[in-house]
Amino acid sequence: MKHLLVIVSVFFAVQLAAQSRYESGMQKGLEQLKEAKTADDMIAASGFFERIADAEKDKWLPYYYAAYANHISGWMNAKADKDKVSEKTKDLLGKAEAIERNSDTYCLRQMVAVMQMTVDPMARYQSYGAEAANALASAKKADPANPRVYLIEGQYMKNVPEAFGGGKAVAKKLAEKSLELFATAKPASPFHPSWGKDQAEQLLAACQ
Amino acid sequence: MSHQNKNEMKKLTLLALLVLLTTLVNAQVKITGTVKDAKGHVIPGANVAIRGSYDGTTADSSGMFSFKTTEKGDQVLVASSIGYKTAEQAIRIEKADLSFLFALKEEVSELKAVTVTAGSFEAGDKKRAATVLSSLDILTTGGANADITAVVKTLPGAQQVGEQEGLFVRGGAGYEAKQFIDGTLVNNPFQASVPDIASRGRFSPSIFKGTIFSTGGYSALYGQALSSALIMESIDIPDRSEATVSLSTVFVGAGMQKVAEDKKSSWGVNYGYTNLIPYFAVVKQKPDYFRIPQFHSADGNFRFKTKKGGMVKYYTTFGASDLGLRRENINDALLKNAFGLRNTNWYNNLSLRESLGNGWKLNLGLSYSTDHSKLQNQIQDQNNNPYTSGMVWIDSTNFNLTTRADLSQVKAVFDKRLSGISVIRFGGEYMYFYNTNLYNGYKSSLTDHFKSLFSEADLYITNDLAAKVGARFEHSSLINKANIAPRLSLGYKTGKGAQMGLAYGIFYQKPENSYLYATTNFGYTKATHYILNYIKNTTLQTFRAEVFYKKYEDLVKTFPTYNNAGTGDAKGVEFYWRDKKTFKGLDYWISYSYLDTKRDYLNYPRELQPGFAANHTASLVLKKFVNSINTGFNFTYSFATGRPYYNLVKNGNQYNIADEGKTINYNNLGFSMNYLTKMGKAYAVVVASVTNVLDSKQIFGYNYSYNGARKEAIQPPAPQFFFVGLFLSWGVDRRDDAINNNL
Repeated sequence: MKHLLVIVSVFFAVQLAAQSRYESGMQKGLEQLKEAKTADDMIAASGFFERIADAEKDKWLPYYYAAYANHISGWMNAKADKDKVSEKTKDLLGKAEAIERNSDTYCLRQMVAVMQMTVDPMARYQSYGAEAANALASAKKADPANPRVYLIEGQYMKNVPEAFGGGKAVAKKLAEKSLELFATAKPASPFHPSWGKDQAEQLLAACQ
Repeated sequence: MSHQNKNEMKKLTLLALLVLLTTLVNAQVKITGTVKDAKGHVIPGANVAIRGSYDGTTADSSGMFSFKTTEKGDQVLVASSIGYKTAEQAIRIEKADLSFLFALKEEVSELKAVTVTAGSFEAGDKKRAATVLSSLDILTTGGANADITAVVKTLPGAQQVGEQEGLFVRGGAGYEAKQFIDGTLVNNPFQASVPDIASRGRFSPSIFKGTIFSTGGYSALYGQALSSALIMESIDIPDRSEATVSLSTVFVGAGMQKVAEDKKSSWGVNYGYTNLIPYFAVVKQKPDYFRIPQFHSADGNFRFKTKKGGMVKYYTTFGASDLGLRRENINDALLKNAFGLRNTNWYNNLSLRESLGNGWKLNLGLSYSTDHSKLQNQIQDQNNNPYTSGMVWIDSTNFNLTTRADLSQVKAVFDKRLSGISVIRFGGEYMYFYNTNLYNGYKSSLTDHFKSLFSEADLYITNDLAAKVGARFEHSSLINKANIAPRLSLGYKTGKGAQMGLAYGIFYQKPENSYLYATTNFGYTKATHYILNYIKNTTLQTFRAEVFYKKYEDLVKTFPTYNNAGTGDAKGVEFYWRDKKTFKGLDYWISYSYLDTKRDYLNYPRELQPGFAANHTASLVLKKFVNSINTGFNFTYSFATGRPYYNLVKNGNQYNIADEGKTINYNNLGFSMNYLTKMGKAYAVVVASVTNVLDSKQIFGYNYSYNGARKEAIQPPAPQFFFVGLFLSWGVDRRDDAINNNL
């Protein structure tokens, strides 16, 4: 009986340690992400999340953040080869999607497609533009209340000429819709994606 | 609490303390090292970690890494980087710091692997390494008026031939270049034409997602083209439903494309009507059109995805044209040639792409086309009445000709993925050609059961070295002869984005029907290609240089008898530079071709530079889109040195060159602009274009009178072509509705 008690308590202790390892790891990663100032910082954060993900294997969030941080690094470094960065982002995102596919993974798909489109917009609009549109539609279908869906749509629409149904007026409405949803949005856990409110505010300001 | 229990508690506390202490007091060990590839080049940004732990780091720009860990004992150190095989090292962590060197092996992947590109230009976004032209490029090339062939002519290897349609590639005649849609041969890719005036292609560039222009050395999947293959792949399910209306100075059109809600199927129809009456009323033409050109064209399509993720596509197009024109008779200035042409053409293409499981894929193509033409030439007097001169060289040019050309074909290609990304491909095709001719009441016909078998392997030996090896067997029942054509090409990566290519191949083509009507006692004409190329590619820039040698054998001779005694060769060097980077917002390309070719064919008395070949050809294409005014400006400047012309006159049992010369240089500046806007709910594009902006004099060759006393320059029917059009599209897309409903 006592031995069982020992075994059970040791088992829980180990579980607890593992749990707190993941939690403290994620926490550390998210802080690193928040404080990243350069593309290299972002790549480092991405690498850290990738290590968590590879160690945990069954959690989509660290892969998602690894992909997200890597993606952002592509925007932070103007000289980055955006196709190469996106290749890596898609590799990481694919691993997240293999565990769970949801509105936020679709959002990131859209963001990657947009990044690759910007490399050569005239030539790539038809392929990557369509990919972005499909990802956005899936993101919206998966969770119509995800504020990031309208944020990334607004960011995209702002740069689409009015002649093609875009422009500031359209983007403004989407930024407002996004902010409205941010006001009530509750991430499923402290580690679930919650970014975007600042960007939505910036977008709204830029559309005034 | 008993004594024993107390003891147990003590033990537990001790255990907990121990656990705590080991974590707290654990001395950290530093692990350092470098990550390189197999060749010793550093791999920046590789991820290095101890498996199962969070400890690790990302290698810096010099491939170095350094991190501290609290892990102890036997562990596995893992280094990974995208595009490389992950490497592992078993390590034992004790107290001392550790240092490691990783050498990662490259993974052979489609993205990284060298592409075999010698001789071909790939348009589309499929493989970056070979991407040169997209379908948008075709729509926005100045002066090309959205004609695929016109744009392809701005690439190296193609001649600026303006008096007849077709691609004249590297010393090859127009009929030596064939067009393929989704794998199957297109029998009449151009609108029916009258002598000395080139016609447009039948197909709209917007139905294709990619076009490969091969100037030689192409795959064993294609045959019966001595010099070039234009391989077009149609789009799958379009992005969205839309309705379109086009209005322009020469045509009106309307269309509809419907995409199912689940995006798994779509269908569409289009109709267009071209009438040049208003245009010719304003812009004077040199010939006297007694039937001003009119064209009807209708097309339809459906496409759906199969359950296994395959694709079925059907495309059909019907065209009818009518025109008639009078030109002065070269033998007698008081007489006229009245030439009339009516044509109908119906083209059908059904293709299936399906995965058969276990790495097998099937591509099946079926096509049927039937083309009917009625042509007549009538000698007329000044009052446009039929006239009989009594002189045989004039009266014999009167004719009535009715032709029919049918082609039914089926082609199956099986694809099997080998280890890595290597692929083996094989299959066969059967083509049934049926042609009839009714010439001044005299009927003749030709039928050909044409069969071929082919096999080809794409072998990726490493990321840096790839080979395409293939062979093709063909048999034509019409000439009752078979051939075997080997093909080989290699690609070798010489550096970042740079590669060398090599291609060799034998190409056979049966003689044109016009000669086969005289006799079927012919063999295949033959060309052997040798190509060496170099490509340097970055995302926004492409440089390409190519040298080639092409040997012609067994070309058709029509004098003194019809036989295969013709010979020839072509050699040259070509350059291509495309740049979207240097000047912000400006996309431009430059191509230059040098060609040295001679051939003895048809009635040539000896090897001569053929009339369709210029020694130097160059094009400069500029495209600039000005975002602030939503307008694109496109310029194309084409230049070619003069082409030779000959007056071959029969003298006894020999043809002599009675007169010869070179035409003036060819210059053409084309311009187009497109303005994007919105009209009501419709997206609108306003297009304005003009060819030969500078009004340069263009002479493509000369026609001679019967006695050689008179020679007449062959010129375009009008020096310039002006076009203004409005294209409207209404996207009936549910996504837009969804946005609006949500806002």
